[in-house]
Formats: sequence, structure tokens, C-alpha cells
Amino acid sequence: MTLTGKDYKNISVVVILLALAACLPLVSGAYLLAIGVTIAMYTVLATSWALFSGPTHYISLATAAFFGVGTYTTGIGIEYLPYWVLPIIAGVLGAVMAALVGLATLRLSGVYFVIFTLGLAELVRQVITWFQNFSGQKGLYVLTEITEVHIYWQLVGLAAAVYLVGWLIGRSRLGFALRIIGDDEEVAAHSGINTSRAKVLLFMVSGSVAAIVGAMLAPRYIYIEPLLAFTPMLSFQVVIMALLGGTGRLWGPIVGVIPFTFLWEAISASFPNQTTLLLGVCFLIIVYLLPRGFVGLLDKIRSKINAAEAYS
Amino acid sequence: MRTDAPVLSLRGVTKRFGGLVAVNDLDFDVAEHQVLGLIGPNGSGKSTTLNLISGAFPASSGTISLRGTPITHLAAQDITRRGISRTFQLVRLLPSMNVLENVKAGAVFGHRRRWGAEADSYAMQMLEQVGMARMAHAPIGQLTYIDTKRVELARVLASDPRLLLLDEWLAGLNPTELEEGIRLIKSLRDQGRTIILVEHVMDAIRSLCDHCVVMSSGAKIAEGTPEQALSDPEVIRAYLGDDDA
Amino acid sequence: MEILITGLVLGGTYALIAMGLNLQYGMARIMNLANGEVLVAGGFAAFWFYTAGQISPLLTVFIVAPLAFVANWLIYVIILRPLVKRAKSRGQLEVDSILTTFGLSFIAVGVMLAVFGGDYFSYSFLATPVQLFGDTYALNRILAFLSAVVICGALYLWLNHSRTGMSVRAIAVSPDSAKLVGIDVPRLSAIAFALGGAVTAVGGTLISSFLTLDASTGVLFTLKALIIVIMGGVGDVRGTIVAALMLGILETFVASVIDPGLTLAAAYALFVIILLFRPQGLFGRKTT
Repeated sequence: MTLTGKDYKNISVVVILLALAACLPLVSGAYLLAIGVTIAMYTVLATSWALFSGPTHYISLATAAFFGVGTYTTGIGIEYLPYWVLPIIAGVLGAVMAALVGLATLRLSGVYFVIFTLGLAELVRQVITWFQNFSGQKGLYVLTEITEVHIYWQLVGLAAAVYLVGWLIGRSRLGFALRIIGDDEEVAAHSGINTSRAKVLLFMVSGSVAAIVGAMLAPRYIYIEPLLAFTPMLSFQVVIMALLGGTGRLWGPIVGVIPFTFLWEAISASFPNQTTLLLGVCFLIIVYLLPRGFVGLLDKIRSKINAAEAYS
Repeated sequence: MRTDAPVLSLRGVTKRFGGLVAVNDLDFDVAEHQVLGLIGPNGSGKSTTLNLISGAFPASSGTISLRGTPITHLAAQDITRRGISRTFQLVRLLPSMNVLENVKAGAVFGHRRRWGAEADSYAMQMLEQVGMARMAHAPIGQLTYIDTKRVELARVLASDPRLLLLDEWLAGLNPTELEEGIRLIKSLRDQGRTIILVEHVMDAIRSLCDHCVVMSSGAKIAEGTPEQALSDPEVIRAYLGDDDA
Repeated sequence: MEILITGLVLGGTYALIAMGLNLQYGMARIMNLANGEVLVAGGFAAFWFYTAGQISPLLTVFIVAPLAFVANWLIYVIILRPLVKRAKSRGQLEVDSILTTFGLSFIAVGVMLAVFGGDYFSYSFLATPVQLFGDTYALNRILAFLSAVVICGALYLWLNHSRTGMSVRAIAVSPDSAKLVGIDVPRLSAIAFALGGAVTAVGGTLISSFLTLDASTGVLFTLKALIIVIMGGVGDVRGTIVAALMLGILETFVASVIDPGLTLAAAYALFVIILLFRPQGLFGRKTT
């Protein structure tokens, strides 16, 4: 694999930023750390979401479903297994679930996929609630020694892994195939690309990561019940953050995560019932003002500057 | 006249869309290195036939074979990987990529799969062949109509196909461009490429094709050299009506 | 037998709701995810009129329908038409309309929460039992079903036997070709969308007489309507009706025999099975 000078520069920048991020717990108090965990969590979720939904333009709303599965993996598994196995199991479960959903719906148009994923979290939640009613057990206690700091570091590590995987995919045949699929799926098929397989593979990556995040976050909640683990809002928030930042670049989503997280905290504090309204307004802003997110805006500005320079 | 097995064979190929029979019991062969013209009046089923061959949609019945192996029910990507590549009636380029990347798409996933620097250089060679090398890094939004067609052709060539399907590739060109286009396809023929040409431009058919299949209302009504096919009374009747036959 | 009739009755009402979405997605080509909220709004209106003035929901329908028509028409023209204009492909339009209507649905929910609060609301209207085929059914459900039949029947006749209706169906098949034969696609799309909204709102008004609603239940109805429309085949009226009846029967069956908590799972399973074996839906056209 040949790396250019620019590549080395980018990698160094990312490594330094990640190292700085990892230092957060050493210098800040509990409140900032909590925000840090939230931001790290959404960054991983949004970036892995964008790996799939960015190039293919298939809007996945299944994040909450995968996350919930991961949370429950820890919730149930913590009684029988050591913690460190659980995120791995969650990752596998997420991948399997994504494969099933993908194989069923990705052959079809994007709209069917969106609808299916929209209800998926609800579906899983209903099934688990029913099962709990059936077995008589209402919620699960997750009592561990894992602290907020541990969770934060795990998330930063996971973020590094996601960026690495995203970068590698971007340079690979699979990444190229996905870009082509996103541009024109029929041309992709006629060029020799197995479009279903490419889409399903990427979807498995993003589902797996979301499940791992869920597994890592479970100790934070301490008491897990279906409504908590499968918050429907989660899927929408992740979509908004990724689209707000822009899916055209690997660092796009985090640009959306940070301001949105602060905005959400502010609105939740002052107008707790109007968070839904905020989500709605953000969706409209994205569609009408920022169709390619901040990244797209930057690209437009940059090309205008280049065009201006070309004339001068 | 070569005696090897044909590159492509159609036997009894039929396609129904609900009650409409678009292609009716079609039989023909394409020999290696041959340029076959598939002609006929509008609505005769020529493009549908190409779509059936390329796997854009499945045939209702009949067999399509590539060098003796049936490919009738394969998906488009499998047919491409086995060596059949096509252009589209309305040029389809990938909007988010530049010219070189568009051509690379054919090189990376097609019949011969290349990657990295090898794919880049092969794609550049194809661009040189169609005369677009100087615009390799241009965004496709800036291209003229014939240039977009050239890029699509380069993409098709980049997969090194055994059989090229050109779907009205010469349509919509002005006389100068048409001459260039015909010359380009002639150069492909001189390289020994096997091509199926769906066309309306009679000059092109006469100068490029070794063999013609004429369709009307989904069925084959004549076959032979261009002179034979175009002077066949049935063909004249199909194009012009009874008075001129 | 009881399950069958109850299921059919429920399905009939679902048909009305899904019909609205069918008009909007199949004909106007907007995947309207705010559909459920329109339904809830219709329900709110019925609730309000009934508790304030004892006005029967059957009459409220005549107020709700035109209001919903105008409101949806405005939404289409102001918010959605710019998307139609700027979309370079059908896929792009679908993505944009999904995000936009999501946004609208959240805003609608937010507004309804602010105005009506987060409580469930229901009222008792004609909950009198009626004897039919030896079993007891609620009169309000039967009335809702009959109204749904009337409205669906009227829509079917309009779509298949009137000139405007045929033009609307033409747009569903191919907007570009429809333009070429002189059909005013933008205007008819707006009408189809508005009509779809009106039908959904009316469905909400009727359904509120026997179901409990609150500001956040819209999503569930949107999902069900989507499942029905896609299962039945987008753009086809008969398909929607058949699929709705099937769903109604299935849900009633699952709720009575297995567990009320698994109705969504059952609906989903049906959805997936149909998509796997007949992706164009029961009555849909195979895409070639």
C-alpha cells in the first residue's frame, strides 16, 4: 500500500487529535466527561452510519435497533461472562442482524429499506417487551466496576478503529464500488459489481459497530429496560448529526455531532418537550440549506475560491 | 467465414411485458470478430434484445449462450464479468467522478479486473484510444455530448470485453461527429472486437457491419449482409410500408 | 368467525388510512412520513368537536376533510414542490421527501404536544354493542368501517372512471409521459397529495371514535400505512384495500390468539415475506 505525503500528514493529525481526546478524563470534571462520552458515542455511531449510508444514499434508521441489541447483550451476558467478551459478541450479533436485514431489503429500492429500518427498533423492542412479560422479568441490572472513564476510553479506541476501517475501505475496491453504486446502481451492475453484496457488507460493518457501542454503554445505564435501550430518537439523532456534518468525508460526521450535542443539551434543559420539534427543524434545515452538510458547504466555498483564482 | 463456435447465440428468445410481446422467438448468432448490425424500425424490439443479452432484465423464454454456455438468467453483473459490456441509449456516466474514474469503473470490476496503478494506466490507454486522454481529470459535467459518449465507450472497453453491445451509440450526432464516431467504431473493428450494433444510421450499418439482423415487431424478418438485408422486400415494407416494396 | 369480521372491520379502516398514503406516494410520488400525524390531527379534531360541542365524528368529517385538503395542498406547494423541481432523479426525490416529511412529522408532533399536551385522549362515541352474525360488535367500529367502504368506493370510482382520476393514475405510471399527453402534472400532483391528506385525516377522525390516540402515536400508523401500501402494490387501489384487510385480520388474529403485544411483529413478518417473494406487492406492476 503506497501512502503519499498528504496521507502521512492526515494520519499524523488524526493520531494527535485522538491522543488529545484520550486525555480528556485526566483534565476535566464529571460533567465534561459525561458530555465527552456522549460526543464520543455519537461520533462513533454517526461515522459508522455514514460509512454505509453516505456512499449508497440508503438512509438507515436501524441504529437504535443495533444499539439496543448490544445493550441487551451486555445486560444479559454480564451475569455469565466477563465483560470484555460482551462487546465482541455484540459486534457479531449486530453483523448477523445487519446481514439478515440487508439481504432481505437491500435488493429493493432505498425507500423500502428506510421503512423497514424505521420499524426495526420498534419491532425488536416489542418482541423483547413481550418476552419479558412472558418471563416475568421487567428490567435488567447491569452492575459492574466499569466507570465512565473506562467507557470513554473504549469509545475513543472504537472511534480510532472506525476511522481506520473507513479509511481503508475508502481506498479499496469496496469503497470504489459503493461510490459507483451511489451514483448509478444500474451502471454499477453493468460494470460487474455485485451490488447487493457490497451493500450488505457495508451495512454489516455499520450494524456491528452500533451494537458494540450499545454493549459498551450498558454499564452507564445500570438498569436496562426496552424503552431505554431502544430509544427511537437515537436513530434520528444519528442521521441528523451525520447529515449535518456531511457524509462526503470521514471527518464529516464529527463536525455535525459536536454542535448538535450541545444544542440538544441546551434545548433539553430549557424546553424538554420541544426536543422533537428541534429534530424536525434540523431535518428541514438539512434538506433545504445543507444538502451535503458542512462538508458540502466547505467544498462549495473552496471551489468558488478556486474558480475565482482561476479567473484572476 | 469462420467455423469456430459463435461468440453469442440466441435461440427462441422471447420477452413479454404483460400482454405485449416485445421480442418474439428470436434466433441469431454472432461470430467472433464480427460486427453485427441489429436494425429495424422503431419499436421493433432491438433495444429490448440488447437488454436481454446484457441482463438488464430476464427473458421470458429461450436461451442466450456465450460461447456455448447459457447466460439467460444471469444477473447483469455476472454477464459483464463473463465478458459482455454495453453502452446505454441515454449515456450514463457517474456524476460524482471525473473522466478517468468513470473509465476505471469498467477496468476494476469488469471482465478483466485490475486495481491500483494498473487500472489507472489501462484506463488511460482506453481514453487515448477514444481520443479523450487530455481530459482525463475533467469533471464529467463539462463534457460535450460526443465526449460523454466517448467516455462511456472507454469505460466499456476498459473491462476488455469479448462482446461489445452498442445501443444506438451514433444517435444524436451531427455530421462531423458522426464521421468521427464511425471512424472510432471502425478502429474497434480493425482491432478484432466482436460488436453488436443497434443503429438507425444506414450509412454506418453499410460501412461497419459484416452481417445484419433485421427486426420488426419483435421478430426477425431478414438476415444477411447489409446489401442483402436492406434490399429485402420484407425489410423495405417494414420501414416504408407496402407501396415501396 | 368473530376474528374474521373484527379483522375485516379493522382492515377497512386501515384501508382508508393507507389510501391516503397511496395517493401521496403512488400518485404524487412523495413518501409522506408525516401521514400518521395528519391522522392524529384528524383524531384530535374529532375529539375536540365531540367534547366541546357533542358533534358526532361522522359530521366532523365534513369539516376535517376540506381543512386537511387545503393544509396538505399548501404543504405540497410550498414545501414539497421545490424538492420535486430540484431532484435530479427519482431516488434523490425519495430521499429528500423522506427527510423533509420526517422533519414535518416531528414538528407536527412537537406542536401537538405543545398545544394538546402529552396525554392520551379518547372519547366514547356510539360504543353500543350490535348483534351481527351471532356475535357482538361495537357500533362505532361498524360505522367507521361502513364510512371507509363508502369513501374507498368513491375514490375507486373516481380514479377509474373519471377523467381527472385517470390523469392522476397516469402520473403514477409515468410523470414524463403524462406531461407529453397534456396532463398538468404539477397541478394534479398537488391535488393528489392534498386529497391523500384529506382522506387520511378523515380516517383519523373515524378511527378516533374507537381507538385511543395521543400526540406520539402517529409513527405507528405511518408504519402500518406504509406496510399496507407497499404490500398491496404502490399506486394500486385494489391492492391497498386487499392488503389492509389482510393486515386487519392478521392483527386481530394475533391479538386474540397469541398476544396483543406482538401485532407489530406480525405485521412486519407479513411485510418481509411479501417483499421477499413479490417485491412489487400483491397488485403492483413488476418493474423491468
